Amino acid sequence: MNGGAGDLIVQGEALTKRFARQKNDTITALDHVSFGARHGTLTALVGPDGAGKTTLLRLAAGLMKPDEGTLTVIGLDAARQPQAIQDRISYMPQRFGLYEDLSVQENLDLYADLHGVSHEQRAERYPRLMEMTALAPFLDRLAGQLSGGMKQKLGLACTLVRSPELLLLDEPTVGVDPLSRRELWDIVSGLVENEGLSVLVSTSYMDEAERCAHVVVLHEGKVLASGPPDELRSRADGHSFFVISQRQEPARKLQAELIDRPDVIDAVPQGGQVRVVLREREPLSLEGATLEATPPNLEDSLMMLLRQETHVRPAANAALELVKKEAQGHDVVIEVHDLVRKFGDFTAVNRTSFEVKRGEVFGLLGPNGAGKTTTFRMLCGLLPATSGTLRVAGADLRRARAEARQNIGYVAQKFSLYGDISVLENLQFFAGAYGLRNSRAEQRIEWAMENFELKQRATSTAGSLPGGFQRRLAMAAALLHEPAIVFLDEPTSGADPLARREFWRRIGSLADHGTTIVVTTHFMEEAEYCDRIMIQDAGTMLAIGTPEEVRKQAGEADRPARSMEEAFIGIVEHARERAQRQEHAA
Amino acid sequence: MSDPPAQSQRLSWRRLRALTVKETRQLLRDKSNLMVGLFLPVVLILIFGYGLSFDVRNAPVGIVSQDTSPTARDVVAGFYLSPYFTVTELHSMSEAQRLMRAGRIEAIVYMQTDFSRRLAAGNATIQVLVNGVDANRARVLEGFAQGAIGQWSVKRAAAGAGGAMPAPAVRLETRLWFNEANTSTHFLVPGLIVLIMTLNGALLTSLVMAREWERGTLESLFVTPINTGELIASKLIPYFGVGLCGLAMCLLAGKFLFFVPIRGSLLLIILISMLYLLVSLSLGLLISAATKNQFLASQIALITSFLPALMLSGFIFDLRSVPAIVRAISTVLPPTYYVEALQTLFLAGNVPGLIIKDVAVLIVAAVVLLVLIRINTRKQLV
Repeated sequence: MNGGAGDLIVQGEALTKRFARQKNDTITALDHVSFGARHGTLTALVGPDGAGKTTLLRLAAGLMKPDEGTLTVIGLDAARQPQAIQDRISYMPQRFGLYEDLSVQENLDLYADLHGVSHEQRAERYPRLMEMTALAPFLDRLAGQLSGGMKQKLGLACTLVRSPELLLLDEPTVGVDPLSRRELWDIVSGLVENEGLSVLVSTSYMDEAERCAHVVVLHEGKVLASGPPDELRSRADGHSFFVISQRQEPARKLQAELIDRPDVIDAVPQGGQVRVVLREREPLSLEGATLEATPPNLEDSLMMLLRQETHVRPAANAALELVKKEAQGHDVVIEVHDLVRKFGDFTAVNRTSFEVKRGEVFGLLGPNGAGKTTTFRMLCGLLPATSGTLRVAGADLRRARAEARQNIGYVAQKFSLYGDISVLENLQFFAGAYGLRNSRAEQRIEWAMENFELKQRATSTAGSLPGGFQRRLAMAAALLHEPAIVFLDEPTSGADPLARREFWRRIGSLADHGTTIVVTTHFMEEAEYCDRIMIQDAGTMLAIGTPEEVRKQAGEADRPARSMEEAFIGIVEHARERAQRQEHAA
Repeated sequence: MSDPPAQSQRLSWRRLRALTVKETRQLLRDKSNLMVGLFLPVVLILIFGYGLSFDVRNAPVGIVSQDTSPTARDVVAGFYLSPYFTVTELHSMSEAQRLMRAGRIEAIVYMQTDFSRRLAAGNATIQVLVNGVDANRARVLEGFAQGAIGQWSVKRAAAGAGGAMPAPAVRLETRLWFNEANTSTHFLVPGLIVLIMTLNGALLTSLVMAREWERGTLESLFVTPINTGELIASKLIPYFGVGLCGLAMCLLAGKFLFFVPIRGSLLLIILISMLYLLVSLSLGLLISAATKNQFLASQIALITSFLPALMLSGFIFDLRSVPAIVRAISTVLPPTYYVEALQTLFLAGNVPGLIIKDVAVLIVAAVVLLVLIRINTRKQLV
């Protein structure tokens, strides 16, 4: 193609883009952004929500025009010749526009026809796409009936029906489980290595950014830093440590303690210990714990950058003001025995049994379509079980659902508040729905606004809030009636690292005050915040226990799996292989 | 990386075909589309053809005759013979009034005890009282009652029964043109075609572009070599087909179920219907492209296309008898011209001046709408 590997395929000079919100209120999505992406490499755009990643990709795709500055894509001006660019690039938006009422094959054919791919080229290309995405058995299935991971793979296949000169990917792995995420990235890196494809990808996963040749860190429309991952990582050299505690308590408690300290930039539970990024290079002294230096990763340096450049501290003020619930020992609050749910011939949840104790953080993990959401809905009394027993807060859900519901709070996966009324009105509605009256309602709403930092947005409509605020509001609404048990379905899906820390800090303080938490997540490292986790696949329970026990179960002999992600992939793949062997034998 | 750059500035038949096939598949898979597109016309045909009728047949009438003479009996017999009335003979006015109030009878015919005596004297009266709640129907009933009495007096004159009552010197003979049978079905079927063309066109297409905005599919589609012309055409073609099916159903039902005469050229009816279908589809698509929201689009489509086609086009309410302002509104609405053209072609025949005017207005409307769609559909997100 044109030019060597050294020159830039995308080059932005002082790009500025503003959006009008309401009258006299504009938001500057991009503020004099200059960046470049090289030929034949992977370039990552990273940064918290609202950093301007999606806007930048849309500008590059010619879907929007910048207000100021120039953007050159494959040698063409993106503002003047969008069509000429669109003829030669491929773009996968965050929500890829698959036609859900068309089959996999029909979606592929549509995009092949639109891109003018000849039948000979298809004969060569389709088998390769099928090999990469493993979608071959599902060609006749409607796209709407695919799992989240498969949809993303089909979206990628549709953008790759011809060889683009540049591939733009906007958070391609949001809501995708670790197995599918790894497969998706293998496809993309394979294309870069073997075919010299140029890729510009936005992501909120730092481990994905580590796989790229070049990383651009954005924050609130400005470039904070850019360079190869090594160079960015070196910024945190000497600041990263593991805190090895002798205390007999879950890692999340120590993590919460550490993240609240002003001399700690970041703290996350990892492998049963707590990984910290310190403001100063010399280790801090901690009672009952020793510090061990560790090489920094990209997430460490991102947190450091945010702290240095913007004074943002993760999870600042996130701890909730709570009254400790009267301790009644560690009695069991959720009891599930031989739970089964069938949809016709399909068994979504198969003979699952577990218990959750008061004040525990219990995590449900599993790939897309594992039965997490179904289990969840049965626990909340939204879906009747086919068979088995289910006791939540002492009530049998098959009989006394209304009573049990008084004790639970539920945060759905999708934003399920009223988008066209204000934050305050939403809270007032939910207070009413939970039967809180007058001064009690006022007091609880005040608490929610205060603790979730919603005061400044009280009069904004819920639908117009940025994603992070919507998630906060949803959680605040579910906590108004001070439930004994809170269910959260993928609460951190699509959330940036800052928002996730904030979220888990809140969860931690709830659990410490006696609230029981049941949570599903796709972020395996978040399993470390849980006291106990359960891994499900294809409706079956594969592993249950503390994060450490699960890691041990996944590892070989004496060496436990290093990370939760490794443990998860190991356990699921092992179970799938075993199932296949059994199928062959039978 | 050897794909030749696609020529997206020019229309590509291959892309248009791909988009049209996709649109057709979506149309066929969505049951609600088919309900509106094909099932609803059938329901409308049945409702309008059988259920809703402005015809008066077998209207219940109460006759109070206090005169038992053969002359008075003759008058009553006249009502019995009329196909428009079902007669109930009553004994007193008070009973008749009671039944009228209860809605059991629609008209009262009253003859006093001295009817035949006064007839001989030349000043006989027959009182006809009609329930006037539905003014149109009351007028029709009144006419029929006069007709029945008129029949009797003509017969009487012909028989020369006593020269006491001379045959009227001038007899008023009313005759309806163009719809001699005066069956409202003949008048309703052309209107029904208008309704179904509007429904298929505007309501169905108002959803299609908004759906793509809502589901985010346009963002992916935009970053391909397609041009907006192809996108718009691919949305119009499948729904044009559905509209033609509706038209065919209406024409067949009109001909074989309701025996509506077609005085003008069938070809002209089909061509004008296709033209109006294009106008209606374009209106729906414009609403869809401008609102980007399915619910809003369907509401606006209902208010701006379906209701005017029903109320303001001259289909139900005669435009000559509406207030000037309503008439002014209706003159800018395309359905008005389509209704005019269809009613003319069905019931009067080919009237060149009128048809040319209607066709010209519809062509202008189609062009204006298509230009507006083009302006509202840019490959841009903001």
